[in-house]
Amino acid sequence: MSARTAQPSLRSPWRDPVALLAAPAVIYLLVVYAYPLLWLLMKSFSGPSGLTLQPYVAFMSDPFNWRVIGNTLRVAAWVTVVCFAIGYPAAFALARAGALVQIVMLVSIILPLSIGAVVKAFAWQIVLRRDGVVSQLMVGLGLWDEPQRLLFTETGLVLGAANIFLPFMILPVYSVVKLIDPRLSEAGATLGATPLYRFTRVTLPLTLPGVVSGVAFVFSMSVSMFVIPSLLIGDRFQTLSTLTGRSFLLMRNEQLGSTTAVILLALAVSIVVGSTWLARRVGGST
Amino acid sequence: MTAIERLTRCFVWFIAAFTVVFLMTPLVVTIAVSFGSSTVFTLPPPDWSLRWYERLANTRGLLPALVVSLEVAAVSTAVAMALGTLCAIALVRGRFPGRETIATFLVSPLMLPGLVIGIAMLQGFKSMGLRDVYVSLMVAHVVITLPYVVRTVVGALSLFDFSLIDAARTLGCNYPTALTRVLVPALAPAFLTSGMFAFLASMDNYPISIFFTDAWTKTLPIQMLQYVEERPDPTIAAISAGLVLLAVVALVIGDRLVGLRKLADF
Repeated sequence: MSARTAQPSLRSPWRDPVALLAAPAVIYLLVVYAYPLLWLLMKSFSGPSGLTLQPYVAFMSDPFNWRVIGNTLRVAAWVTVVCFAIGYPAAFALARAGALVQIVMLVSIILPLSIGAVVKAFAWQIVLRRDGVVSQLMVGLGLWDEPQRLLFTETGLVLGAANIFLPFMILPVYSVVKLIDPRLSEAGATLGATPLYRFTRVTLPLTLPGVVSGVAFVFSMSVSMFVIPSLLIGDRFQTLSTLTGRSFLLMRNEQLGSTTAVILLALAVSIVVGSTWLARRVGGST
Repeated sequence: MTAIERLTRCFVWFIAAFTVVFLMTPLVVTIAVSFGSSTVFTLPPPDWSLRWYERLANTRGLLPALVVSLEVAAVSTAVAMALGTLCAIALVRGRFPGRETIATFLVSPLMLPGLVIGIAMLQGFKSMGLRDVYVSLMVAHVVITLPYVVRTVVGALSLFDFSLIDAARTLGCNYPTALTRVLVPALAPAFLTSGMFAFLASMDNYPISIFFTDAWTKTLPIQMLQYVEERPDPTIAAISAGLVLLAVVALVIGDRLVGLRKLADF
């Protein structure tokens, strides 16, 4: 008889000795992770005379900072769109492909995941040069009249970031696509549904939970990316994340850095909470 | 085969090929450049050479940075595996309330911006009186490696059939023997895989490590980014190629231990 059936009711942590095994990890994280985050939060709201919103008011009243927020959200949105456009069909291809193609695809999706952003962003510096692969390809296809430099442009940044975050779109969508019974769509076809109708009424709703988590992953990582914009677009284009890094590492302006860090944190938390809520909703409706 | 089936097949092939090429581009480019003779990243390289690899030996600061990265990754992974495994056992076997919250809390460092965690730690550690850069790096990297361990070990433990242990005891094993002969071999693959990927995550981390560096202590990604900014030449591609090789090795071992499809689980 397993312990699970023997003890159906929840016990208080004080009476379940197994709970003690979680204590070291939880205490460790509370001290070195949760406490510093709370400290940062508190400090960003405290002025010389108690609680204050002054740093946030000052930050928001500067039009430059609005451009920074705009840059951050615009780039993140474009990266998410590009990742979705490639990743959604790619997840289907991965689920429907034969064994060999599937292995090749899985390797090319998982391998980049264990390689750091510095390595990949450096590679994109080479790819996006005037004589780089993308430029050669576009000229070769006749789409561009002459070679162009994409490095240090917003397009280049979006392309590089989308490449680096693509696995985080494919894998969550793939995890739901592989569970879909292909016979569902065939059943729809037998009943006379057109391919478009089958897709929008059968396939798309079933994949929504995967789409929600993929979009949330890619968007939140694009909002907080730091190494990639530093290497692919440079200092002239600031995002919340690069501004935060700069104000601590270069400008030694801890006040500004704390403010932007808390805004970033709030964005990230709201994406996680929002997507969890949304995933539960779309998951429940199917 | 109907027309629509054929069309779907073509589409699948096209998308699959495009995805593979797109995702592999940075890796292939890095490796090609590292074996080329050109200083200016010409592709395809005019001639093949090993000069950038020969340069690695006398690149200042590279070896110390590699050593720091390996030490920090090894120590933080070891600590995370101990803390994370104990915690995973509690989460899977315990019957106390709040397990879901604890699980989310432990994995949350993966979902928050690394830069923000780094800044918070920089100030938090200072306020607690921890000023040693090297120790700070280790302490911080446990937070990065812990989520990988907890996630994988919780997954493996929840699939494990604990009645097997009762079966072993019925067949005459005492409890500790039953654990080492049944539970440990069953969990070892997932356990080792989680450690390997935690190790790589620590090796590759930039946004948290950047706040814990000084003139003597730099991790490899930080030293690399400094080279890229100071004098970009294919020596960095040679270092990168080494890191790609490390990831390939990890992937091959991970495939042997738990299988490629399991690694793709999200």
